[in-house]
Amino acid sequence: MAPLTQTKTNQSTVTRRSLSWTWVGVAPFFLFVAAFLIWPTLSIIGQSFLDQERRLTLQNILELGHPFIVSSYVYSVQLSAVTAIGGGLLGGLLAYAITIGGLPRPLRDAVISFSGVASNFAGVPLAFAFIATLGQLGVVTQWLRSIGISLYPAFSLYSFWGLCIVYIYFQIPLMVLIMAPAFEGMRREWREAAESLGANGWQYWRYVGLPILLPSILGTTVLLFGNAFGAHATAFQLTGGGSQGNVITILIGAQISSDALANPGLGNALALGMIVIMGISVGLYTWLQRLSARWLRS
Amino acid sequence: MLKRFWPWFWFLVGATYFLVPLYATLDFSLRARRGELSFAAYTSVLNDIRFIESFMFSLQTALATIVVSAIVIVPTAYWVQLRLPRLRPVIEFFTLLPFVVPAVVLVFSLARTYSRTPLTDSREGLWVLLVGSYVILSFPYMYRAVDTGLRSINIHDLTEAAQSLGAGWFTILTRVIFPNIYVALLSGAFITFAIVMGEFTIAALLAQPAFGPYMNRLASSKVYEPSALAIISFALTWAAIAAIQWFGQGAQARVAGPR
Amino acid sequence: MSFLEIVHVHKRFGTTIAVEDFTLAVEQGEFISFLGPSGCGKTTTLRMVAGFEKPTSGQIVIDGVDVTNMPPNRRNIGMVFQSYALFPNMTVADNIGFGLRIARRPAHEIRVRVEELLRIIHMPEFGRRYPYQLSGGQQQRVALARALAIQPKLLLLDEPLSALDAKIRASLRQEIRDIQRQLGITTIYVTHDQEEAMALSDRIVVMSRGKIEQIGTLFEVYNFPATRFVASFVGTLNQIEATVVDAAIGLLAVEGQQFRIARPLPQHRSGDRVNIAIRPELIALDGQFNSAMNRLSGTVEDVTFLGSIVRVRLRLAANRLSMDIFNNPHLRLPQPGETITVHFAPEACLAPGDDTPREASNAQPLSASAAEAA
Ligand SMILES: Nc1ncnc2c1ncn2[C@@H]1O[C@H](COP(=O)(O)OP(=O)(O)O)[C@@H](O)[C@H]1O
Ligand SMILES: [Mg+2]
Repeated sequence: MAPLTQTKTNQSTVTRRSLSWTWVGVAPFFLFVAAFLIWPTLSIIGQSFLDQERRLTLQNILELGHPFIVSSYVYSVQLSAVTAIGGGLLGGLLAYAITIGGLPRPLRDAVISFSGVASNFAGVPLAFAFIATLGQLGVVTQWLRSIGISLYPAFSLYSFWGLCIVYIYFQIPLMVLIMAPAFEGMRREWREAAESLGANGWQYWRYVGLPILLPSILGTTVLLFGNAFGAHATAFQLTGGGSQGNVITILIGAQISSDALANPGLGNALALGMIVIMGISVGLYTWLQRLSARWLRS
Repeated sequence: MLKRFWPWFWFLVGATYFLVPLYATLDFSLRARRGELSFAAYTSVLNDIRFIESFMFSLQTALATIVVSAIVIVPTAYWVQLRLPRLRPVIEFFTLLPFVVPAVVLVFSLARTYSRTPLTDSREGLWVLLVGSYVILSFPYMYRAVDTGLRSINIHDLTEAAQSLGAGWFTILTRVIFPNIYVALLSGAFITFAIVMGEFTIAALLAQPAFGPYMNRLASSKVYEPSALAIISFALTWAAIAAIQWFGQGAQARVAGPR
Repeated sequence: MSFLEIVHVHKRFGTTIAVEDFTLAVEQGEFISFLGPSGCGKTTTLRMVAGFEKPTSGQIVIDGVDVTNMPPNRRNIGMVFQSYALFPNMTVADNIGFGLRIARRPAHEIRVRVEELLRIIHMPEFGRRYPYQLSGGQQQRVALARALAIQPKLLLLDEPLSALDAKIRASLRQEIRDIQRQLGITTIYVTHDQEEAMALSDRIVVMSRGKIEQIGTLFEVYNFPATRFVASFVGTLNQIEATVVDAAIGLLAVEGQQFRIARPLPQHRSGDRVNIAIRPELIALDGQFNSAMNRLSGTVEDVTFLGSIVRVRLRLAANRLSMDIFNNPHLRLPQPGETITVHFAPEACLAPGDDTPREASNAQPLSASAAEAA
């Protein structure tokens, strides 16, 4: 009996040791993520349910109902929705044009490369570029003035629609980068099968083409929404970053340097609200992408 | 040709949207001297000592980010593929998180959570926070690039071959795996570089003397120089992306850029 | 007037000639196969019949109506693709009912018809599944049902089985044939697999490099190949490189052993080297002596037992010769290394003059064709 037990013990030590070694391999990653992402985020989420004396409360969440904060969220949601739909539409049509639209291959490659750059060209320099274009002294502004159209004071780059125009600049390329492969995945045989069964071009798009693309289109639009919702630098540069700015990210940023709302708990709740909205949009995006991936497998 | 009217039309609309601001910026940046085109704005920017300082600061930060990110990601991706494939969805989830927690919320959480610790009370500590946040932002790109790179080589066979020759894990990683995925790693590195060099939010909120905050401050005192900076910045991004395409690993630019 | 008439159809893509002077008449209810190596223009021809490509010149007439310029969605033709091409966003039932829905048939009629088709393809329980939940073979059966649902005038199948594995291929092949017989639908079937073409077709169209080489029943194409290409592409073909001894009476020699072919070789002189082709099953072991037969001796290289037949490979100088003999338990099989004598009729030989002019002008027609076939 004794030798048998001996062996057994030995074996279990071996498995345990190799098991722990297995985890040591990925430990640095998880430690890093824990220290710089998970722990800070969770602690902020937790603290938004605590008051100054660290007692459990819903007060911070309720205070999100303050008209000033609500108007900030609404402003950000509107900005994100408009630029997601506008950028999604333009980007989608551009992706369509360069893929199944049948434009020459080099144009497609050029647009894809450019989109790679433009989707990363945002923040402060993008704001500069638009100030040089549509600002008071901007090249396009002056050119329009020379043909008798004055943009200002009716229009302002620092207004809602001004921000929309700037945001769409980084929304379009993201849409192109995600949708171009989706369009290229549309198989010629689907169209031909539909035609041989009697469908005309419109019926093909109505019953086959659009439904197949819909999860990707919706998912990517949701992603664009989040992309705009989380944006900070571009808006900060354009609106000057004062807390008069209505964009929610600027409001949160202002909490760091000075407690603009004079209530740390409320700052945490603001961040929580942001995480919830972003979480929903990323979750929705992932789910829609899975749906379309499942269809398009094989 | 008429059949292709709409594709051409939308292509032209897109091209206009993309190119007009670039053209306008370029044009604007060359008008620093009244009545003539000149590089005056560029010379003024490039001779500014604060430009050079902040640029060098961001460069160092970018390099530190890339090194740390690579040191964390390569063993992880390698280990997940070799031993823990069921962990892949978990890792992919974590690499999606930087999008759920945007930069401004990330830096807000870090600043609050680590306030009144050496991390926020010293220059060095803040820099650690800065690099740490950038590493988190770089994970999605780095992981995807390295994972793709690892798939294209047979890491099981390479590992076993190295083990049979008596190599330990450290040797395997540094002498066998790293050199084989170095191209994939480069593409992740260039994306990271592009993101860090232009990043504003985190650097500004941690009060770091980086390139992003420098550009922001310049706008309040100068008129033409910001355009010159935008062009330089665009060229820098372009070079980084071109480098990735040159190295041929399609680690495409995606979420979590410096908005 | 036949049911489908393809008349002098040409198709060019830029400078590539994909299909050249294609003329074919198909009777109602017939099952026709297009057989040929990859790139010979089978798909292009089929796509012109379906309307996805316009002929550069020529005419296509279906049931007395010239459809050459008619768009595909008005031709009422069922099409089955190699890649199934099921609509991934629709259930099996919706896929099958798609054509009827487009034709605005009443819902209950569509339901009844879909159920009927699901029965025909032996998948009555699968209506609510999505394509991604089906195996390749099931997907292709659904694609077939979808094409049949609209009661098309013509059913076109483009290599429908080549993405499937061997076992399913054989059973589905039989199923396609049964359904076609049952519905009596005129069918064109494209394949590069001669076995498939043989198992299914009433007639075969053998194609090479955009041209028709031969149209005929399986029996005709196999036993009386019109060209060297057909002979080598359909079935197995032996090649012997021989020297002309007397062109006028068709006397040749290989390694000093003389043999005859059935006709003279007017284009050749003695001393020329020519390629002669013979089918394996037309060569016999030298049993009883027959003076009309050619006889050749060679060394046995190997013997392969294939069940009902035994394939023996001989070596004759630089040539290899395969022959098939029927198996029986009393057979004395030749042993490798042994020298044996075989015989074959002069009529069994195909000589260069049997080619079309195009093939004959080729320096080494047989090997060129064989390379293509492989
Ligand atoms: N859309 C096209 N554009 C240019 N060439 C084509 C096109 N379709 C087919 N071809 C060419 O036509 C020839 C015949 O092709 P195909 O009909 O597909 O052959 P098969 O189906 O017999 O393999 C090939 O040389 C092919 O490259
Ligand atoms: Mg084909």
